[in-house]
Amino acid sequence: MEVRTPREAESPPPPCTRLHLAAAFFLPPRFTPRRVRYDRRYRKLDTYRFISWFLFLPLLVYLLFVVSPFLQAFFYSMTDWSGFSSAYNFTGFENYERLWNDDAFWDAMGNSLVLLVLAPVITLGLGLFFAFMLNAGGRRRRNEAVSGVFGSRLYKVVYFFPQVLSLAIIAVIFARALSPRSGVLNEGLGAVGLDSWQREDWLGGDLALWCVLFVLCWSFVGFYVVLFSAAMSAIPGEIYEASLLDGANRSVTFFRITLPLTWDTVRTGWIYMGIQALDAFALVNVMVPEHGMDVVPSYLFEKAFRDGQAGYATAIGVALFLVTLVFSVLMMFVGRRERIEY
Amino acid sequence: MTSGPYLNRRALIRRSAAAGFLTLPAVGALASCASGGGDNDTVEREEATDSNPFGVNPDAELEVVIFDGGFGDQYALDAEEIYQGSYGPVEHVKTTEIQTRLQPRMVQGDPPDVVNNGGADAMDIAALIRNNQVHDLTELLDAPSLDDPSVSVRDTLLPGTVEMGQFGSEAMYRLNYTFNVYGQWYSRTALERLEVEYPRTWDEMIAVCEKAKQEGIAGWTYPGVYPYYFNFTLYPFIAKIGGPDVLRAIDNLEPNAWRHDAVRSAFEAYYELVARGYVLQGSPGLTHEESQGEWNQYRALFIPNGSWVENETAQNTPEDFDMAVGPPTGLDSSDAMPFETIWASAGEPFFVPADAANVPGGLEFLRIMLGSESARNFTQLVSSLTCVRGAADGLTLPPGLTSAQEILAAAGDNLVIPRMPDWYRQLNNEEIGGAVAAMMAGEMEPDEAITRCQQAADAAARDDSIQKFQHV
Repeated sequence: MEVRTPREAESPPPPCTRLHLAAAFFLPPRFTPRRVRYDRRYRKLDTYRFISWFLFLPLLVYLLFVVSPFLQAFFYSMTDWSGFSSAYNFTGFENYERLWNDDAFWDAMGNSLVLLVLAPVITLGLGLFFAFMLNAGGRRRRNEAVSGVFGSRLYKVVYFFPQVLSLAIIAVIFARALSPRSGVLNEGLGAVGLDSWQREDWLGGDLALWCVLFVLCWSFVGFYVVLFSAAMSAIPGEIYEASLLDGANRSVTFFRITLPLTWDTVRTGWIYMGIQALDAFALVNVMVPEHGMDVVPSYLFEKAFRDGQAGYATAIGVALFLVTLVFSVLMMFVGRRERIEY
Repeated sequence: MTSGPYLNRRALIRRSAAAGFLTLPAVGALASCASGGGDNDTVEREEATDSNPFGVNPDAELEVVIFDGGFGDQYALDAEEIYQGSYGPVEHVKTTEIQTRLQPRMVQGDPPDVVNNGGADAMDIAALIRNNQVHDLTELLDAPSLDDPSVSVRDTLLPGTVEMGQFGSEAMYRLNYTFNVYGQWYSRTALERLEVEYPRTWDEMIAVCEKAKQEGIAGWTYPGVYPYYFNFTLYPFIAKIGGPDVLRAIDNLEPNAWRHDAVRSAFEAYYELVARGYVLQGSPGLTHEESQGEWNQYRALFIPNGSWVENETAQNTPEDFDMAVGPPTGLDSSDAMPFETIWASAGEPFFVPADAANVPGGLEFLRIMLGSESARNFTQLVSSLTCVRGAADGLTLPPGLTSAQEILAAAGDNLVIPRMPDWYRQLNNEEIGGAVAAMMAGEMEPDEAITRCQQAADAAARDDSIQKFQHV
């Protein structure tokens, strides 16, 4: 015998109810017909209606000033717009075809990818190491399972210094420091007797990429020290005590306790640092000479503003966006694991 | 699981992804201004008279934008005062960011009436010309000059001024107001101390550098960060060895232009400086300021540079320096052009936008600038020559500028004007600059450097996105 529950009997809803529901989205509750108001789905609609009306203005601003120029960019990447006048022609995928065959672009992309891979590894590795030393690397004190190295509070402040400076200033400072005749680096190498390590030109040749990588890591490592320190200090001391009782040494403590328990923070930091490394615009533009290396953003800038090829530059921007997107999506899937609750 | 921190982390990752999303808006924001409209309140032209050849409306306002760089803007204020004596008020704007300030207005079709398109942030004039956004200055050239109505403006200009405003046709789109003399800059005092004469052939150059080396002084320094400074002496050197047609072939991006024997000889001569250790240690990584500083401290004899260097280094130059400029040293007696050959041409560009509200006023302002009163005032204020013939006569000039004027007079018609730097800026600065930089840093032999230059020139010739020009 077939028994239809009232629930089944209700669906599918007649189309007019749906229409009423849609109308209810824009109506104040008092004008909403009772039939709709007592509908099971009305409660959900009510929640979303509140949220959407609440967010209406900010969303509008966001759509107007963030999303719409962004969508326009896709359109302009298919034109030959120069950036100097309002005239342009639609050229379809011509810019992308040119991009595909542009050696200079691939050079820049290669440099960007090297930075994208190496900068997070080095920066986060150092950040973790320093943060661990600041939190659990010191000699054991009475009544404390773990403690930082001597002066760790001071270090926390000192590490953060580069974060206070703007990247442009850092680039200028390092360009000076790397200057071959009066720069600190060559002078310092000379002072300690490493004359053969001195270079006539740090930033114009093949060393430029490694100099940029170094400066990038230098300027961001402090941020991660502070970030990871916060994550590590959230780990309960009892866990460390237990591992100590089990006879774990420092490296075991790090790899078995600290790293797994801060993994989420590390992963978030990885994405952030990856995007910083993909950018590296200020560093390359200010520090490296014109004939030296390019990264994708600096190449984009040159095409848009120096060569008057804004359409082509927009296509480069779209390519950069795709790389960033792929990177973020990859990172969201790689290393995903259940969060451990203390 | 769904406690606060978890949500936060997810939100953070999502936001990071969104940050990736945000890499575009820089271009996007730019894009959003592409579709601006034009509002044209063009001022009517009056009847042209002898004193008002462009028919300037005496009531119309004039807007002048001046690049506030090494020359400041006082000279423009003085010229504007003269303009205001006969015509309407002038709105004076000075800025160091020409492109940032003006590009949106160019796009909207609402540009100022005169633009001093100078500095590192200048607009790409070739792109503007391609879009018909620049007014042709031919009527200015044919108008009577301010001082003598029987002489046209064209006839008051130094040779090379009109050429610098041309982009592959007879039309002149920009007026380059200053006059730069390029060459090997040196200190007379330094040469006197070494008891040597200014070298006229490359053998003499080697001898002078060798003598300097004995004294612990480098023969040459240059700004390796901007290696295209070398072009200031390298290009005329090439022309001197092989004749001006070699340079014209290079400018015209002709196949195998760089493989000419004259280019090879010039590259090999320069490479000899490196191979013999006559170049100041560390020069490949110096900025222009740093290399000029080393030169000012007598650590190097010669520096490839232009006549702005005297004003630029004025604060660091020792009292006894006695700055001077010489023509690029020639190779030997088989040179195709005389030793006096130099690269001298007008610099510091001005243009009148085609969409300007007061085009006649803009032209009139430039005519006033080209009058001898304004030109002399400019030279006195910023110690730089102008493109106006004879405007610096009788003025007391600093030593470097005096010598620049002397070699300019000695050169006569033996001027070369390479157009590579402003026709193909990227090719000149990055590709050729990069090849020369690598060679002068000792990382590359002349042959390889030449091959790299030729490949870059060929690539530029093939590239449809680069507008091509030819010498007329």
